[in-house]
Amino acid sequence: MKVIYPLVAVLLLALVAYLGVAIGLEYLFGVIIPYVSVILFLGGFIWKIYDWVKSPVPFRIPTTCGQAKSLEWIKRDELESPSGFWGVFGRMSLEVLFFRSLFRNTKAELVPGPSLAYSSSKWLWMAGLIFHWSLLVIVLRHYRFFLAGVPGFVEFLESVDGFLQITLPTLYITDLLLVISVTFLVLRRLASAQMRIISLSTDYFPLFLILAIALSGISMRYLDKVDVVAIKVLVQGLVSFQFDAPGGIGGMFYVHLFLVCVLISYFPFSKLMHMGGIFLSPTRNLANNSREKRHINPWNPEVQYRTYAEYEDEFREKMVKADIPTEFSLPSEKEKI
Amino acid sequence: MTTNPPKLAELQLEYEQEPSLLKGDSPGKEWLDIPVEFRDGNWCHAAKPNVIEDLGFNNPRKWSPEDEDWQLEEGWQKKVKNGMKERLDKFRSFKLFMDICVRCGACADKCHFFLGSGDPKNMPVVRQELMRSVYRHEFTWSGKIFKGLVGARPLSEEVLKEWFMYFHQCTECRRCSVYCPFGIDTAEVTLMGRELLNLAGTNINWISEPASNCNRTGNHLGIEPHTYKNVVESLAEDIEDQTGVTVNPSFNRKGAEILFITPSGDVFGDPGIYTMMGYMMLFEHIGLDYTLSTYASEGGNFGLFSSNQSMKKINAKMFHEAERLGVKWILGGECGHMWRVVHQYMDTMNGPADFLEEPVSPITGTKFRNATSTKMVHIAEFTADLIHQGKLKLDPRRNDHLKTTFHDSCNIARGMGMMEEPRYVLRNVCNNFNEMPDHTIREETFCCGSGSGLNTDEYMDVRMRGGFPRASAVKHVKEKYDVNALVAICAIDRASLPPLMNYWNPGVSVYGLHELVGNALVMEGEDERTEDLREDEMEDLDSESTSREYDE
Repeated sequence: MKVIYPLVAVLLLALVAYLGVAIGLEYLFGVIIPYVSVILFLGGFIWKIYDWVKSPVPFRIPTTCGQAKSLEWIKRDELESPSGFWGVFGRMSLEVLFFRSLFRNTKAELVPGPSLAYSSSKWLWMAGLIFHWSLLVIVLRHYRFFLAGVPGFVEFLESVDGFLQITLPTLYITDLLLVISVTFLVLRRLASAQMRIISLSTDYFPLFLILAIALSGISMRYLDKVDVVAIKVLVQGLVSFQFDAPGGIGGMFYVHLFLVCVLISYFPFSKLMHMGGIFLSPTRNLANNSREKRHINPWNPEVQYRTYAEYEDEFREKMVKADIPTEFSLPSEKEKI
Repeated sequence: MTTNPPKLAELQLEYEQEPSLLKGDSPGKEWLDIPVEFRDGNWCHAAKPNVIEDLGFNNPRKWSPEDEDWQLEEGWQKKVKNGMKERLDKFRSFKLFMDICVRCGACADKCHFFLGSGDPKNMPVVRQELMRSVYRHEFTWSGKIFKGLVGARPLSEEVLKEWFMYFHQCTECRRCSVYCPFGIDTAEVTLMGRELLNLAGTNINWISEPASNCNRTGNHLGIEPHTYKNVVESLAEDIEDQTGVTVNPSFNRKGAEILFITPSGDVFGDPGIYTMMGYMMLFEHIGLDYTLSTYASEGGNFGLFSSNQSMKKINAKMFHEAERLGVKWILGGECGHMWRVVHQYMDTMNGPADFLEEPVSPITGTKFRNATSTKMVHIAEFTADLIHQGKLKLDPRRNDHLKTTFHDSCNIARGMGMMEEPRYVLRNVCNNFNEMPDHTIREETFCCGSGSGLNTDEYMDVRMRGGFPRASAVKHVKEKYDVNALVAICAIDRASLPPLMNYWNPGVSVYGLHELVGNALVMEGEDERTEDLREDEMEDLDSESTSREYDE
């Protein structure tokens, strides 16, 4: 069920767009929905970030993954246990750009003895990295639709991405890598019992959605070719707030566009927000310097603790007998407290 | 009839023959459909009514987790939901971690409880989902609309029981957070979970009673001042008997330069007492002007394991006492969770400690620049500096009867980043030190299985399973290097690793780092040493083989 429902949902969504355009709802799918979804995406993203940021970070809780700053002759690891801004900057850059923590991944196995053995396991890291970078390059490549000319960096990306120069039009490596890595990410959830049990329908849904977007995009390029010039006119119209939908683009394009709209509308209200969240994670984005620099908790509560005076009041007699120094002697001065 | 814990052979057979998620066998149903089952050995005694009253928590009553009816108060759900809302607004970590998990599974096989039990709900991601599912139902629109389809479920008594079980099968060790691509820390979820359990009046005694004791008497065990002094003095006598050197600890002494605070387990528990003897010998050796306090006689802080408020309350005594005694700074003994609190919470909660001075070693003049605000120094930092500056006379051959390995305690490694200091000290006080395998030490270290206030006897089944990954790593070096001494710098380790070793690796004893320092110290006016602090025979120091090692 966890797998079937999201799969069916994605297929239905695709069908809705295809049929919708077939019965002449181009304006809805080409203009209204894109605007609504962009508003949902931007508004939702900002709202979610605000929602997180308004909760304070009461304590400095980095997870230290290397030697902290200590005595001068002890070699410290600024990237794994940063003591200041630049260390944190480096640590966060490694996390965001190269998925440092995932790179550490191991696989534990119960071996005869019984005993446990650990081996390095980099598949998830590799697939994740390929997936995210490919997606980024593909999104950037789409920038060509948004401007009248084609910016230099997009041309550069296209030429690098298409360096194999096979097929016509040229095959983009990132298209291929994206499809392969998403497929892998789906299959790994299905292949192991551990992954099956932890996966929710909301884990499969975005994967299927992205896969469908990629496949519809690829099919437009290689199989069911669409009128690219008309698409560019549509997109330019959208970005310059001219609300016309040119006709005759082809159903597959609207499927592609609609699924993208679904994805970005869904984004801020789902786990996909890990994209924004990673920057705010207090176990990673704080320096490990809490004994050196006082961290302030804005809601630091007043707490009644048992003071020394109360303690001595209870135990004074026993303390005096045991020759433990006290503030007050027995018992004549006691009333002073 | 099962025993608690099961016989080793039975558990080994279970590991090898029974299907387990760890080995890739599917439990045949979703974790949501697996009922919670309390049986002998997998639950801790409920907190006693007087302890609950003392701590000011809800619904004091006599009950047991095994009871069908937990005698929950009318309206407990509302209290818990409101408590959740309050904490989501107060802790960004909590809110963020509820939202951003993608269930990638990197954490799944990183938890010692999962590795020792194969229980799906012990995968850190599922432990978080126990809470997240309720969060979705109460606080997200998708959860409210799509319910179970998006993994949301209402808060029920069954869910509370599940929380009780699994937030007490997490030792807040943070190993999973090392591997998480977003740094999601299950300990944050468990901490919140336990606070919410407090609101529902479902606490465990092993955590609550020490917290309550600590408030009244100054330490977890409820030891009163005169007894505390007696015990420390008897340890001083033991030192004199064994070494001929007199050490003179002082108590609540105003004007001392340094206040020394260590977990009460070092004073009252075997083998912690030998570590305490090591500290006292070290301080005598260097002529340190220090005092102990009977009021701040607990380094540990079981408040960390139950609520932020109790943590702050218990911790407040350290600065309060340091100010009263007029010391310059505080030196802290070997302990794991104590140091998580001191390093990451203390200054924020109870600082600033303006009345103290920036810590400088009176022996070497070294400034502890990493502690300039909190003004509390870890004993391993302090001793490593002494050794580095050549201030200690050490004969590591006196530990030649020990073949050591070092257990990083979770909080020290992952909450402080202290990895090298204890190793440096260890290498200088003994000749035989071998590391456990990769992925089981430093930031990847495994919990003893009993941390976060779970080292209670009725919980042996869970503890022996949870300690399996640590024991398995020790077994490796025991077989490879004949290791017989597991050195740790944590009081809970010293209490909980001995039964773990007896169970899995008989013949391996547990030592504190400063016990080995005490063994190796060559003190002025000492008698000839032939026994270590536990009165075990040292190796004959005159024999050729050992002195050769020393010459190297």
